[in-house]
Amino acid sequence: MIADHHHPADLAPVEARVAAIESVLVEKGVIDTEMLDQIVQNFEDNLGPMNGAKVVARAWTDSAYKERLLSDGTAAIAELGFHGPQGEYMVVVESTPVVHNLVVCTLCSCYPWPTLGIPPKWYKAPAYRSRAIREPRKLLAEMGTVIPDDVEIRVWDSSAEARYLVLPMRPEGTAELSEEQLAGIITRDSMIGVARL
Amino acid sequence: MDGVHDLGGLDGFGPVEHEDSEPYFAEDWERRTFRLMLGLIAALEIPGGRFRHSIERMAPEHYLSSPYWEHWLTGAATMAVESDLTTSDDLDRRAGGHFPLSSPDRGVLPNDLTPRTEPRYTVGDEVRVRAWHPPGHTRAPRYVQGKRGTVIRVDGVFNLDDIAAHGGGAVADPLYSVRFTSRELWGEAGADGEVMHADLFERYLEDPQ
Repeated sequence: MIADHHHPADLAPVEARVAAIESVLVEKGVIDTEMLDQIVQNFEDNLGPMNGAKVVARAWTDSAYKERLLSDGTAAIAELGFHGPQGEYMVVVESTPVVHNLVVCTLCSCYPWPTLGIPPKWYKAPAYRSRAIREPRKLLAEMGTVIPDDVEIRVWDSSAEARYLVLPMRPEGTAELSEEQLAGIITRDSMIGVARL
Repeated sequence: MDGVHDLGGLDGFGPVEHEDSEPYFAEDWERRTFRLMLGLIAALEIPGGRFRHSIERMAPEHYLSSPYWEHWLTGAATMAVESDLTTSDDLDRRAGGHFPLSSPDRGVLPNDLTPRTEPRYTVGDEVRVRAWHPPGHTRAPRYVQGKRGTVIRVDGVFNLDDIAAHGGGAVADPLYSVRFTSRELWGEAGADGEVMHADLFERYLEDPQ
């Protein structure tokens, strides 16, 4: 095998390449597509930011839970039933009036699957991965999130085992909301740190 | 390896093309790619480092010009060929055209494969990241290599990806979160009031000079 220098236009269509490798793996008995379909379906149905939102809403309404969440994220998140691949070691970082947290994976696409699901395209793309670690304040402003100069920005590159979830600040005017209602206002972006609520 | 995947700090990629919400898989081939990679990893018990390295070895121009799930597709096909499940010619024939694979694995195992279970550093210690630049898989991004930071979290002991990725098995190493100032990483282009953290294995670190 040698490094490939074909022009992209010479490549077989991507659908044909997927079919090619899939047919090999099925013929060799390496994969069982029906069984795997159930796993993928479970990802699609049950993993996503709605889970992370429940974690954040609980932390906002239960100070003992919040304390557990910040000291052992994995265990506290598992209390709500969220665990599994890419959530084996969870670290929760709290944003405050003086600290704003931002999560990136510069090397690949590490992301906490049980609480946020499969990462969005932009999170995995070179623009976000290259710039979040280099010029976070400027990048966030470009994305519509202006972080005041007196707020420290802490960027977390998920470069090894930890998967990060941002605990965003609870917005003003939400004192009357129930835990469930609060979960409804917590966005994926606020738990990555590219937005404030 | 100092590969094209190691993107932290590179200039020139422009604005982030952000979407508020999107399906996990926009097209069926993306879902099928995810599915087959999950199956391949489970069947061959592929360590995370070997999976990631199958993508890191893509030709740089292919990596940058292809969508995310095509990275997984290329990595899966590369590992299938390297595991003797198929050949490059067979894949080309089945696809009815050229099926690009990643470059050969140039990784070398370190001489010292002794597990380390007692963390040498503690919270508050100043460390320097070795300017190691290994030819194979590593979780030490290029932008921290040679830089000084402060340990802010001791994560316990995990298997070192650099070794597992190249067939060296499970070798334990302590893991830390290390904080760097923006000025330390980016010099005159850095900013005050911004700090960066990377999660780094003990074997990546040394005492500051």
